[in-house]
Amino acid sequence: MHIAEGFLPPAHAVAWGVASAPFVVHGVRSLTREVREHPESTLLLGASGAFTFVLSALKLPSVTGSCSHPTGTGLGAILFRPPIMAVLGTITLLFQALLLAHGGLTTLGANVFSMAIVGPWAGYAVYKLLRRSNAPLMVAVFAGAFVADLSTYCVTSVQLALAFPDPGSGFLGALGKFGSIFAVTQIPLAVSEGLLTVLVMRLLVQSSKGELTRLGVLLAKKQSRTETEAVAR
Amino acid sequence: MSRNTKINLVLLLAVAALAVLPLVLGLGDHKEEPFTGADAEAETAITELKPDYEPWFSPLYEPPSGEIESALFSLQAALGAGVLAYYFGLRRGRRQGEQRALEREADRALTGAAGKSAAERD
Repeated sequence: MHIAEGFLPPAHAVAWGVASAPFVVHGVRSLTREVREHPESTLLLGASGAFTFVLSALKLPSVTGSCSHPTGTGLGAILFRPPIMAVLGTITLLFQALLLAHGGLTTLGANVFSMAIVGPWAGYAVYKLLRRSNAPLMVAVFAGAFVADLSTYCVTSVQLALAFPDPGSGFLGALGKFGSIFAVTQIPLAVSEGLLTVLVMRLLVQSSKGELTRLGVLLAKKQSRTETEAVAR
Repeated sequence: MSRNTKINLVLLLAVAALAVLPLVLGLGDHKEEPFTGADAEAETAITELKPDYEPWFSPLYEPPSGEIESALFSLQAALGAGVLAYYFGLRRGRRQGEQRALEREADRALTGAAGKSAAERD
């Protein structure tokens, strides 16, 4: 659930926009480079974007008695690294802001920062750490997707608490309030997102071994670079 | 059913269970309006924290009713699901095609070894 249109004071809205812009610009560059150098990856890029589209349209009930939706950003971050996910996430947020009155244009910067930047980076970092310490692929994928989802809504809570500190208990009081609305609601949804990301990754391992090897998700069996490229096609 | 398919089914069932359990256990019963969106709750919280806050911008386009809104949300999900299905279908088809081509080649190699003419092989 994103911050609704007009619900961040102008100064905050602009600040988050300025903070997000360089990440998205850098992401567009990485994306065009990826497509130019590996045209065969366009399809999988589309599939990663599609995954975010599906998951962020699914409003699910949660233990707190309210509804929220997953983000779907973990998968793309693991496959193509976070900069590219910044672009795919921004496209999804724009679609929802323009057509669904969900999120908004004035809060786009803040929502991009949480869902398309911090979420993917946090998820990717956890995934990489676990892979480095030799955790099984699917464990790392689950943890990465879970963290990408949950951290997104922790950032949303921080953003709102910064803009609307509690008159009595200040920033921390407001953080507790927004955290209980967003972050606690999100925990079971983050588990769902982790499970769905594992499911899609399992299907990818069955169907797209070559490409996963090229992207470094699966380890190459001492193949030379040219061979890996050939398999990818 | 293969082991693989079974694991995938269990994953889907777990997701479904996580979505259905809050409803079945009535976890929204303590609320006046159960299972509203977390973003709407945040809006309420903002008006509690800062009663004089007025949203200074409203959406350029707002779906005129809840029905239209859910239609647009399903459109979003359907678009995504369609692209995903296309991807996996295409991959599966390609793999099957490649396998068939390999089998055909193996057949040809066999008949070729049995002394058929080269022209027939093309």
